[in-house]
Amino acid sequence: MAPALCAICETARALVKRPKNGQKLCKGCFITIFEEEIHHTITATKLFSPGDRIAIGASGGKDSTVLASVLKTLNERHNYGLDLVLLSIDEGIKGYRDDSLETVKRNAVQYDMELKIVGYDELYGWTMDQVVETIGKKGNCTYCGVFRRQALDRGAKMLGIKHVVTGHNADDVAETILMNLLRGDLPRLARSTSIVTGDESSDVRRSKPLKYAYEKEIVLYAFHKKLDYFSTECIYSPEAFRGSARTLIKSLERIRPSAILDIVRSGEDMAKLVPEEVTGISHCKSQKVSLSSADGGEEGAGGCGSNGRSSGGEMAEMEKKLQEDEEASGREVDVALIVPSTANGQRHDRIGGKNGVKKETGRKLTRQTLGTCKKCGYMSSQDICKACMLLEGLNKNRPKMEIEIDVEEEEGSTLRRRMEGLALAAG
Amino acid sequence: MASTEDISIIVEFTGGLEMLFSDERKHKLSVPAKDSKGEAITVGWLVEYLCEEVMKDTRKEMFVLDGHVRPGILVLINDADWELEGEATYTLQPNDNILFVSTLHGG
Repeated sequence: MAPALCAICETARALVKRPKNGQKLCKGCFITIFEEEIHHTITATKLFSPGDRIAIGASGGKDSTVLASVLKTLNERHNYGLDLVLLSIDEGIKGYRDDSLETVKRNAVQYDMELKIVGYDELYGWTMDQVVETIGKKGNCTYCGVFRRQALDRGAKMLGIKHVVTGHNADDVAETILMNLLRGDLPRLARSTSIVTGDESSDVRRSKPLKYAYEKEIVLYAFHKKLDYFSTECIYSPEAFRGSARTLIKSLERIRPSAILDIVRSGEDMAKLVPEEVTGISHCKSQKVSLSSADGGEEGAGGCGSNGRSSGGEMAEMEKKLQEDEEASGREVDVALIVPSTANGQRHDRIGGKNGVKKETGRKLTRQTLGTCKKCGYMSSQDICKACMLLEGLNKNRPKMEIEIDVEEEEGSTLRRRMEGLALAAG
Repeated sequence: MASTEDISIIVEFTGGLEMLFSDERKHKLSVPAKDSKGEAITVGWLVEYLCEEVMKDTRKEMFVLDGHVRPGILVLINDADWELEGEATYTLQPNDNILFVSTLHGG
Protein backbone atom coordinates (compact mmCIF):
# COMPACT_ATOMS: atom_id res chain seq x y z
CA MET A 1 0.00 0.00 0.00
CA ALA A 2 1.26 3.44 -0.85
CA PRO A 3 2.56 5.17 2.26
CA ALA A 4 0.33 7.96 3.52
CA LEU A 5 1.74 11.46 3.28
CA CYS A 6 1.92 13.96 6.10
CA ALA A 7 -1.28 16.01 6.39
CA ILE A 8 0.70 19.17 7.10
CA CYS A 9 3.77 19.24 4.83
CA GLU A 10 2.26 16.84 2.28
CA THR A 11 5.71 15.69 1.28
CA ALA A 12 7.14 13.37 3.90
CA ARG A 13 5.81 9.95 4.78
CA ALA A 14 3.37 9.96 7.69
CA LEU A 15 4.68 8.04 10.68
CA VAL A 16 2.27 9.12 13.38
CA LYS A 17 -1.49 8.96 13.63
CA ARG A 18 -2.63 11.38 16.28
CA PRO A 19 -5.05 9.88 18.77
CA LYS A 20 -6.87 13.13 19.38
CA ASN A 21 -7.98 13.68 15.80
CA GLY A 22 -6.64 10.91 13.60
CA GLN A 23 -4.35 13.32 11.76
CA LYS A 24 -1.47 11.61 9.97
CA LEU A 25 1.86 13.36 10.38
CA CYS A 26 5.51 12.93 9.44
CA LYS A 27 8.16 12.88 12.11
CA GLY A 28 9.19 16.53 11.74
CA CYS A 29 5.66 17.94 11.69
CA PHE A 30 4.64 15.73 14.61
CA ILE A 31 7.52 16.94 16.77
CA THR A 32 6.75 20.56 15.94
CA ILE A 33 3.02 20.32 16.59
CA PHE A 34 3.55 18.38 19.82
CA GLU A 35 5.87 21.09 21.13
CA GLU A 36 3.69 23.96 19.97
CA GLU A 37 0.59 22.51 21.59
CA ILE A 38 2.42 22.42 24.89
CA HIS A 39 3.55 25.98 24.24
CA HIS A 40 -0.08 26.85 23.70
CA THR A 41 -1.08 25.19 26.98
CA ILE A 42 1.65 27.13 28.78
CA THR A 43 0.77 30.50 27.30
CA ALA A 44 -3.01 30.05 27.46
CA THR A 45 -2.82 29.26 31.17
CA LYS A 46 -0.04 31.80 31.84
CA LEU A 47 1.86 29.07 33.60
CA PHE A 48 5.20 30.85 33.84
CA SER A 49 6.62 34.35 34.14
CA PRO A 50 9.99 35.50 32.84
CA GLY A 51 12.71 34.96 35.39
CA ASP A 52 10.88 32.07 37.10
CA ARG A 53 13.05 29.33 38.47
CA ILE A 54 11.23 26.10 37.78
CA ALA A 55 11.93 22.66 39.22
CA ILE A 56 11.09 19.77 36.92
CA GLY A 57 10.10 16.75 38.98
CA ALA A 58 12.30 14.23 37.18
CA SER A 59 12.09 10.49 37.61
CA GLY A 60 14.08 9.48 34.57
CA GLY A 61 10.88 8.03 33.08
CA LYS A 62 9.33 8.96 29.75
CA ASP A 63 6.99 11.70 30.96
CA SER A 64 9.43 13.77 32.96
CA THR A 65 12.16 13.26 30.39
CA VAL A 66 9.90 14.50 27.61
CA LEU A 67 8.78 17.39 29.82
CA ALA A 68 12.39 18.42 30.46
CA SER A 69 13.26 18.16 26.78
CA VAL A 70 10.20 20.09 25.61
CA LEU A 71 10.56 22.81 28.23
CA LYS A 72 14.19 23.29 27.33
CA THR A 73 13.27 23.54 23.65
CA LEU A 74 10.39 25.96 24.25
CA ASN A 75 12.32 28.04 26.76
CA GLU A 76 14.95 28.66 24.10
CA ARG A 77 12.57 28.96 21.16
CA HIS A 78 10.07 31.30 22.75
CA ASN A 79 12.33 33.10 25.20
CA TYR A 80 10.40 32.13 28.31
CA GLY A 81 13.32 33.34 30.38
CA LEU A 82 13.04 30.34 32.72
CA ASP A 83 15.76 28.84 34.84
CA LEU A 84 15.05 25.10 34.66
CA VAL A 85 16.30 22.72 37.32
CA LEU A 86 15.84 18.95 37.60
CA LEU A 87 14.54 17.77 40.96
CA SER A 88 14.59 14.06 41.67
CA ILE A 89 13.38 12.06 44.60
CA ASP A 90 15.29 9.03 45.77
CA GLU A 91 12.74 6.83 47.47
CA GLY A 92 15.40 4.36 48.40
CA ILE A 93 14.27 1.39 46.35
CA LYS A 94 17.25 -0.67 45.32
CA GLY A 95 17.24 -1.98 41.78
CA TYR A 96 14.59 0.53 40.76
CA ARG A 97 15.25 4.09 41.68
CA ASP A 98 19.02 3.87 41.70
CA ASP A 99 18.91 2.88 38.02
CA SER A 100 16.48 5.60 37.02
CA LEU A 101 18.50 8.20 38.89
CA GLU A 102 21.42 7.35 36.64
CA THR A 103 19.16 8.32 33.73
CA VAL A 104 18.33 11.63 35.40
CA LYS A 105 22.03 12.30 35.90
CA ARG A 106 22.61 11.76 32.18
CA ASN A 107 19.63 14.01 31.40
CA ALA A 108 21.14 16.76 33.55
CA VAL A 109 24.23 16.65 31.35
CA GLN A 110 22.26 16.31 28.09
CA TYR A 111 20.00 19.25 28.91
CA ASP A 112 22.62 21.25 30.76
CA MET A 113 20.42 21.60 33.83
CA GLU A 114 21.22 21.69 37.51
CA LEU A 115 20.15 18.50 39.31
CA LYS A 116 19.03 18.14 42.91
CA ILE A 117 18.33 14.72 44.40
CA VAL A 118 16.57 14.45 47.76
CA GLY A 119 16.25 11.12 49.50
CA TYR A 120 13.55 9.73 51.75
CA ASP A 121 16.27 8.58 54.10
CA GLU A 122 17.54 12.09 54.76
CA LEU A 123 14.05 13.60 54.90
CA TYR A 124 12.23 10.95 56.88
CA GLY A 125 14.84 8.56 58.20
CA TRP A 126 13.23 5.76 56.21
CA THR A 127 13.92 4.38 52.75
CA MET A 128 11.01 2.72 50.95
CA ASP A 129 12.90 -0.56 51.19
CA GLN A 130 12.83 -0.19 54.96
CA VAL A 131 9.16 0.85 54.92
CA VAL A 132 8.25 -2.25 52.95
CA GLU A 133 10.35 -4.38 55.25
CA THR A 134 8.23 -3.07 58.08
CA ILE A 135 4.72 -2.88 56.66
CA GLY A 136 4.91 -5.30 53.77
CA LYS A 137 4.17 -4.59 50.13
CA LYS A 138 0.50 -3.90 50.54
CA GLY A 139 -0.34 -0.25 50.92
CA ASN A 140 3.23 0.87 50.57
CA CYS A 141 2.27 3.12 47.62
CA THR A 142 0.38 5.31 50.06
CA TYR A 143 3.50 5.93 52.07
CA CYS A 144 5.58 6.46 48.99
CA GLY A 145 3.08 8.90 47.50
CA VAL A 146 2.67 10.95 50.66
CA PHE A 147 6.40 11.09 51.16
CA ARG A 148 7.16 11.92 47.54
CA ARG A 149 4.79 14.81 47.34
CA GLN A 150 6.25 16.42 50.39
CA ALA A 151 9.76 15.55 49.29
CA LEU A 152 9.22 17.47 46.04
CA ASP A 153 8.07 20.50 48.06
CA ARG A 154 11.01 20.24 50.40
CA GLY A 155 13.45 19.76 47.56
CA ALA A 156 12.00 22.81 45.83
CA LYS A 157 12.35 24.83 49.01
CA MET A 158 15.94 23.72 49.42
CA LEU A 159 16.53 25.09 45.95
CA GLY A 160 14.60 28.27 46.69
CA ILE A 161 12.09 27.32 43.98
CA LYS A 162 8.38 28.07 44.18
CA HIS A 163 7.06 26.16 41.20
CA VAL A 164 7.40 22.46 40.46
CA VAL A 165 6.26 21.02 37.15
CA THR A 166 5.49 17.35 36.83
CA GLY A 167 5.11 15.05 33.84
CA HIS A 168 1.50 14.07 34.40
CA ASN A 169 -0.13 13.53 31.03
CA ALA A 170 -3.69 13.41 29.69
CA ASP A 171 -3.94 9.68 30.38
CA ASP A 172 -2.93 10.24 34.00
CA VAL A 173 -5.46 13.04 34.43
CA ALA A 174 -8.22 11.01 32.77
CA GLU A 175 -7.38 8.10 35.01
CA THR A 176 -7.62 10.24 38.13
CA ILE A 177 -10.90 11.77 36.98
CA LEU A 178 -12.33 8.30 36.42
CA MET A 179 -11.13 7.08 39.79
CA ASN A 180 -12.71 10.02 41.55
CA LEU A 181 -15.88 9.54 39.56
CA LEU A 182 -15.99 5.87 40.52
CA ARG A 183 -15.49 6.82 44.15
CA GLY A 184 -18.15 9.52 44.02
CA ASP A 185 -15.56 12.02 45.13
CA LEU A 186 -16.57 15.23 43.42
CA PRO A 187 -14.39 17.61 45.43
CA ARG A 188 -11.32 15.68 44.53
CA LEU A 189 -12.49 15.19 40.96
CA ALA A 190 -12.79 18.94 40.64
CA ARG A 191 -9.40 19.64 42.08
CA SER A 192 -7.65 16.99 40.03
CA THR A 193 -8.60 18.72 36.80
CA SER A 194 -6.70 21.93 37.53
CA ILE A 195 -3.52 22.47 35.58
CA VAL A 196 -2.06 24.45 38.48
CA THR A 197 -2.48 23.76 42.14
CA GLY A 198 -1.41 26.10 44.85
CA ASP A 199 -1.64 29.86 44.54
CA GLU A 200 0.19 32.95 45.65
CA SER A 201 -0.11 31.86 49.23
CA SER A 202 1.47 28.47 48.66
CA ASP A 203 5.09 27.80 49.28
CA VAL A 204 5.31 25.73 46.18
CA ARG A 205 2.93 25.65 43.24
CA ARG A 206 2.50 22.56 41.13
CA SER A 207 1.59 22.34 37.51
CA LYS A 208 1.18 19.79 34.75
CA PRO A 209 2.19 21.28 31.40
CA LEU A 210 1.61 17.90 29.70
CA LYS A 211 -1.95 17.73 30.97
CA TYR A 212 -3.37 17.63 27.44
CA ALA A 213 -0.64 15.46 25.94
CA TYR A 214 -1.49 11.84 25.18
CA GLU A 215 0.78 9.30 26.73
CA LYS A 216 1.01 7.72 23.31
CA GLU A 217 2.36 10.92 21.81
CA ILE A 218 4.76 11.41 24.69
CA VAL A 219 6.22 7.97 24.02
CA LEU A 220 6.34 8.66 20.28
CA TYR A 221 7.99 12.03 20.88
CA ALA A 222 10.62 10.37 23.06
CA PHE A 223 11.10 7.72 20.40
CA HIS A 224 11.43 10.08 17.44
CA LYS A 225 13.64 12.51 19.36
CA LYS A 226 15.67 9.53 20.60
CA LEU A 227 15.42 10.71 24.18
CA ASP A 228 17.21 8.81 26.88
CA TYR A 229 14.66 7.55 29.37
CA PHE A 230 14.29 4.72 31.78
CA SER A 231 11.29 2.46 31.96
CA THR A 232 10.59 -0.07 34.56
CA GLU A 233 7.83 -0.90 36.92
CA CYS A 234 8.32 -0.17 40.56
CA ILE A 235 9.31 -3.46 42.14
CA TYR A 236 6.64 -3.05 44.79
CA SER A 237 3.03 -3.73 43.94
CA PRO A 238 1.06 -0.97 42.23
CA GLU A 239 -2.28 0.29 43.42
CA ALA A 240 -4.94 -2.13 42.30
CA PHE A 241 -7.69 0.41 41.72
CA ARG A 242 -5.50 2.74 39.71
CA GLY A 243 -4.31 -0.20 37.64
CA SER A 244 -7.89 -1.06 36.72
CA ALA A 245 -8.66 2.55 35.83
CA ARG A 246 -5.56 2.58 33.65
CA THR A 247 -6.55 -0.59 31.84
CA LEU A 248 -10.01 0.82 31.26
CA ILE A 249 -8.60 4.06 29.83
CA LYS A 250 -6.30 2.19 27.49
CA SER A 251 -9.09 -0.08 26.31
CA LEU A 252 -11.32 2.92 25.65
CA GLU A 253 -8.52 4.59 23.72
CA ARG A 254 -8.27 1.61 21.44
CA ILE A 255 -11.93 1.85 20.47
CA ARG A 256 -12.20 5.64 20.52
CA PRO A 257 -8.84 7.40 20.73
CA SER A 258 -10.34 10.80 21.49
CA ALA A 259 -11.89 9.35 24.66
CA ILE A 260 -8.93 10.33 26.82
CA LEU A 261 -9.08 14.03 26.05
CA ASP A 262 -12.86 13.82 26.16
CA ILE A 263 -12.65 12.53 29.73
CA VAL A 264 -10.27 15.34 30.64
CA ARG A 265 -12.66 17.90 29.16
CA SER A 266 -15.66 16.28 30.86
CA GLY A 267 -13.77 16.40 34.12
CA GLU A 268 -13.08 20.09 33.63
CA ASP A 269 -16.73 20.74 32.87
CA MET A 270 -17.87 18.75 35.87
CA ALA A 271 -15.40 20.67 38.01
CA LYS A 272 -17.13 23.90 37.06
CA LEU A 273 -20.40 22.50 38.36
CA VAL A 274 -18.99 21.59 41.75
CA PRO A 275 -19.65 24.39 44.20
CA GLU A 276 -16.64 26.22 45.50
CA GLU A 277 -17.55 25.32 49.07
CA VAL A 278 -17.12 21.68 48.18
CA THR A 279 -13.87 21.84 46.33
CA GLY A 280 -12.03 24.31 48.47
CA ILE A 281 -11.08 25.92 45.20
CA SER A 282 -11.69 29.62 44.92
CA HIS A 283 -10.61 32.37 42.66
CA CYS A 284 -8.48 33.99 45.25
CA LYS A 285 -8.46 32.57 48.67
CA SER A 286 -5.32 33.92 50.18
CA GLN A 287 -7.20 35.27 53.13
CA LYS A 288 -8.37 31.80 53.98
CA VAL A 289 -4.93 30.40 54.20
CA SER A 290 -2.79 30.71 57.22
CA LEU A 291 0.83 29.88 56.93
CA SER A 292 3.38 29.84 59.66
CA SER A 293 5.74 32.74 59.76
CA ALA A 294 8.57 30.55 58.62
CA ASP A 295 6.67 29.69 55.48
CA GLY A 296 4.88 32.94 55.11
CA GLY A 297 7.90 34.80 53.91
CA GLU A 298 8.19 32.60 50.90
CA GLU A 299 4.88 33.00 49.22
CA GLY A 300 4.67 32.17 45.59
CA ALA A 301 4.48 35.03 43.16
CA GLY A 302 1.98 33.59 40.79
CA GLY A 303 -1.09 35.74 41.38
CA CYS A 304 -4.31 34.05 42.23
CA GLY A 305 -4.36 31.52 39.48
CA SER A 306 -4.20 32.24 35.85
CA ASN A 307 -7.25 30.36 34.77
CA GLY A 308 -9.42 31.00 37.76
CA ARG A 309 -9.31 27.40 38.73
CA SER A 310 -6.15 27.12 40.69
CA SER A 311 -6.63 25.14 43.80
CA GLY A 312 -6.22 26.61 47.18
CA GLY A 313 -6.69 23.24 48.76
CA GLU A 314 -4.40 20.34 48.58
CA MET A 315 -2.45 19.75 45.48
CA ALA A 316 -3.57 17.43 42.80
CA GLU A 317 -0.44 15.35 42.93
CA MET A 318 -1.06 14.64 46.52
CA GLU A 319 -4.64 13.87 45.77
CA LYS A 320 -3.60 11.24 43.33
CA LYS A 321 -1.45 9.49 45.82
CA LEU A 322 -3.64 9.96 48.79
CA GLN A 323 -6.89 8.43 47.82
CA GLU A 324 -6.58 5.32 49.91
CA ASP A 325 -5.07 7.22 52.71
CA GLU A 326 -8.01 9.54 52.79
CA GLU A 327 -10.31 6.75 53.66
CA ALA A 328 -7.89 5.43 56.18
CA SER A 329 -7.74 8.17 58.69
CA GLY A 330 -10.62 9.45 60.74
CA ARG A 331 -9.46 13.00 60.42
CA GLU A 332 -9.28 12.78 56.71
CA VAL A 333 -12.62 11.13 56.36
CA ASP A 334 -14.05 13.86 58.45
CA VAL A 335 -13.00 16.42 55.95
CA ALA A 336 -13.64 14.38 52.87
CA LEU A 337 -17.06 13.17 53.76
CA ILE A 338 -18.64 16.22 55.17
CA VAL A 339 -20.10 17.86 52.18
CA PRO A 340 -23.12 19.98 51.62
CA SER A 341 -26.44 18.39 50.95
CA THR A 342 -26.00 18.61 47.21
CA ALA A 343 -23.45 15.83 47.32
CA ASN A 344 -24.68 13.85 50.27
CA GLY A 345 -26.90 11.66 48.23
CA GLN A 346 -24.00 10.12 46.43
CA ARG A 347 -22.13 9.17 49.50
CA HIS A 348 -23.96 6.77 51.72
CA ASP A 349 -22.11 3.67 50.79
CA ARG A 350 -18.80 5.17 51.67
CA ILE A 351 -20.07 6.67 54.82
CA GLY A 352 -21.04 3.31 56.18
CA GLY A 353 -17.58 2.72 57.57
CA LYS A 354 -16.63 3.15 61.16
CA ASN A 355 -15.23 6.57 60.67
CA GLY A 356 -18.04 7.83 58.54
CA VAL A 357 -20.55 7.55 61.34
CA LYS A 358 -19.34 10.89 62.54
CA LYS A 359 -22.34 13.20 62.37
CA GLU A 360 -22.20 13.67 58.71
CA THR A 361 -25.38 15.68 58.87
CA GLY A 362 -24.39 17.57 61.98
CA ARG A 363 -22.00 19.91 60.34
CA LYS A 364 -22.99 22.05 57.49
CA LEU A 365 -19.70 22.28 55.84
CA THR A 366 -16.06 21.79 56.37
CA ARG A 367 -13.89 23.25 53.73
CA GLN A 368 -10.33 22.29 53.37
CA THR A 369 -8.11 25.12 54.40
CA LEU A 370 -4.43 25.01 54.08
CA GLY A 371 -2.37 25.41 57.18
CA THR A 372 0.83 23.90 58.35
CA CYS A 373 1.67 20.68 60.10
CA LYS A 374 2.29 21.17 63.79
CA LYS A 375 5.06 18.64 63.69
CA CYS A 376 7.11 19.38 60.61
CA GLY A 377 5.80 22.80 59.58
CA TYR A 378 4.99 21.79 56.03
CA MET A 379 1.79 22.58 54.22
CA SER A 380 -1.12 20.54 55.44
CA SER A 381 -4.86 20.87 55.69
CA GLN A 382 -4.71 18.93 58.93
CA ASP A 383 -3.05 19.64 62.25
CA ILE A 384 -0.59 16.90 61.59
CA CYS A 385 0.32 16.24 57.98
CA LYS A 386 -0.07 12.82 56.45
CA ALA A 387 3.63 12.25 56.19
CA CYS A 388 4.05 12.83 59.92
CA MET A 389 1.10 10.59 60.72
CA LEU A 390 2.50 7.80 58.64
CA LEU A 391 5.94 8.31 60.12
CA GLU A 392 4.56 8.17 63.60
CA GLY A 393 2.99 4.84 62.79
CA LEU A 394 6.19 3.57 61.29
CA ASN A 395 8.28 4.66 64.21
CA LYS A 396 6.00 3.44 66.97
CA ASN A 397 3.89 0.56 65.87
CA ARG A 398 5.92 -1.86 63.85
CA PRO A 399 4.71 -5.09 65.45
CA LYS A 400 1.05 -4.08 65.32
CA MET A 401 1.27 -3.08 61.71
CA GLU A 402 2.99 -6.24 60.67
CA ILE A 403 0.02 -8.19 61.94
CA GLU A 404 -2.52 -5.93 60.33
CA ILE A 405 -1.17 -5.93 56.83
CA ASP A 406 -1.88 -9.58 56.21
CA VAL A 407 -5.54 -8.84 55.79
CA GLU A 408 -6.35 -9.53 52.16
CA GLU A 409 -8.20 -6.44 51.09
CA GLU A 410 -7.90 -3.39 49.02
CA GLU A 411 -5.13 -1.17 50.19
CA GLY A 412 -7.34 1.57 51.52
CA SER A 413 -9.17 -0.56 53.98
CA THR A 414 -6.02 -2.40 54.89
CA LEU A 415 -4.46 0.88 55.78
CA ARG A 416 -7.51 1.89 57.73
CA ARG A 417 -7.18 -1.23 59.78
CA ARG A 418 -3.62 -0.42 60.38
CA MET A 419 -4.44 3.07 61.43
CA GLU A 420 -7.20 1.84 63.70
CA GLY A 421 -4.80 -0.60 65.26
CA LEU A 422 -2.41 2.22 65.61
CA ALA A 423 -4.91 4.38 67.39
CA LEU A 424 -5.71 1.55 69.76
CA ALA A 425 -2.11 0.92 70.47
CA ALA A 426 -1.45 4.57 70.97
CA GLY A 427 -4.43 4.98 73.28
CA MET B 1 2.78 -27.54 3.63
CA ALA B 2 4.45 -24.36 4.71
CA SER B 3 7.14 -22.90 2.56
CA THR B 4 10.66 -23.53 3.76
CA GLU B 5 11.64 -20.05 2.66
CA ASP B 6 12.55 -17.76 5.56
CA ILE B 7 12.71 -14.01 5.87
CA SER B 8 14.76 -12.07 8.39
CA ILE B 9 13.23 -9.32 10.42
CA ILE B 10 14.20 -7.31 13.44
CA VAL B 11 11.88 -7.16 16.40
CA GLU B 12 12.52 -4.70 19.21
CA PHE B 13 10.97 -4.25 22.62
CA THR B 14 11.24 -1.09 24.69
CA GLY B 15 9.45 0.87 27.34
CA GLY B 16 9.70 -1.99 29.80
CA LEU B 17 8.56 -4.78 27.45
CA GLU B 18 12.10 -6.05 27.07
CA MET B 19 11.79 -7.60 30.50
CA LEU B 20 9.27 -10.05 29.07
CA PHE B 21 11.74 -11.03 26.37
CA SER B 22 14.86 -12.12 28.26
CA ASP B 23 15.77 -8.47 28.90
CA GLU B 24 16.85 -8.22 25.27
CA ARG B 25 15.78 -5.15 23.39
CA LYS B 26 16.68 -6.31 19.92
CA HIS B 27 15.82 -9.69 18.47
CA LYS B 28 16.98 -10.68 15.00
CA LEU B 29 14.55 -13.30 13.85
CA SER B 30 14.35 -15.61 10.92
CA VAL B 31 10.71 -16.48 10.31
CA PRO B 32 8.97 -18.50 7.62
CA ALA B 33 7.63 -16.31 4.82
CA LYS B 34 4.36 -18.25 4.77
CA ASP B 35 2.16 -19.47 7.56
CA SER B 36 0.80 -22.99 7.89
CA LYS B 37 -1.97 -22.17 5.42
CA GLY B 38 0.54 -20.96 2.87
CA GLU B 39 -0.34 -17.31 3.30
CA ALA B 40 2.21 -14.53 3.68
CA ILE B 41 2.84 -13.83 7.32
CA THR B 42 1.49 -10.71 8.99
CA VAL B 43 2.23 -8.75 12.13
CA GLY B 44 -0.70 -10.56 13.70
CA TRP B 45 1.02 -13.84 12.96
CA LEU B 46 4.26 -12.43 14.39
CA VAL B 47 2.61 -11.46 17.66
CA GLU B 48 1.38 -15.01 18.12
CA TYR B 49 4.78 -16.36 17.13
CA LEU B 50 6.50 -14.09 19.65
CA CYS B 51 4.20 -15.31 22.38
CA GLU B 52 4.68 -18.94 21.60
CA GLU B 53 8.27 -19.14 20.47
CA VAL B 54 10.19 -16.18 21.81
CA MET B 55 8.66 -15.09 25.12
CA LYS B 56 9.93 -17.17 27.99
CA ASP B 57 8.11 -15.10 30.56
CA THR B 58 4.81 -16.61 31.61
CA ARG B 59 3.01 -13.27 31.88
CA LYS B 60 1.61 -13.38 28.34
CA GLU B 61 -1.22 -11.06 29.31
CA MET B 62 1.29 -8.25 29.69
CA PHE B 63 1.84 -8.47 25.96
CA VAL B 64 -1.36 -9.89 24.52
CA LEU B 65 -4.83 -9.41 25.92
CA ASP B 66 -7.96 -11.00 24.43
CA GLY B 67 -6.09 -11.97 21.30
CA HIS B 68 -4.80 -8.44 20.61
CA VAL B 69 -1.64 -6.62 21.47
CA ARG B 70 -2.37 -5.22 24.90
CA PRO B 71 -3.89 -1.73 24.77
CA GLY B 72 -1.19 0.75 25.74
CA ILE B 73 1.51 -1.03 23.76
CA LEU B 74 2.47 0.86 20.62
CA VAL B 75 3.55 -1.03 17.53
CA LEU B 76 5.80 0.69 15.03
CA ILE B 77 6.48 -0.84 11.64
CA ASN B 78 9.67 0.68 10.25
CA ASP B 79 9.12 3.66 12.56
CA ALA B 80 5.51 4.16 11.44
CA ASP B 81 2.53 3.66 13.74
CA TRP B 82 1.02 0.34 12.74
CA GLU B 83 -2.38 2.05 12.58
CA LEU B 84 -1.07 3.58 9.36
CA GLU B 85 -0.07 0.18 8.03
CA GLY B 86 -3.17 -1.91 8.58
CA GLU B 87 -2.25 -2.99 12.12
CA ALA B 88 -2.19 -6.77 12.53
CA THR B 89 -2.99 -7.38 8.85
CA TYR B 90 0.28 -5.81 7.64
CA THR B 91 2.26 -8.32 5.59
CA LEU B 92 5.83 -8.66 6.78
CA GLN B 93 8.57 -7.82 4.30
CA PRO B 94 12.20 -8.94 4.51
CA ASN B 95 14.28 -6.71 6.81
CA ASP B 96 11.26 -5.06 8.37
CA ASN B 97 11.78 -3.55 11.77
CA ILE B 98 8.89 -4.13 14.14
CA LEU B 99 9.06 -2.21 17.40
CA PHE B 100 6.83 -2.80 20.40
CA VAL B 101 6.86 0.06 22.90
CA SER B 102 5.00 -0.08 26.15
CA THR B 103 3.47 3.14 27.39
CA LEU B 104 2.29 1.40 30.52
CA HIS B 105 5.42 1.60 32.59
CA GLY B 106 6.24 4.48 34.80
CA GLY B 107 9.54 6.04 35.56
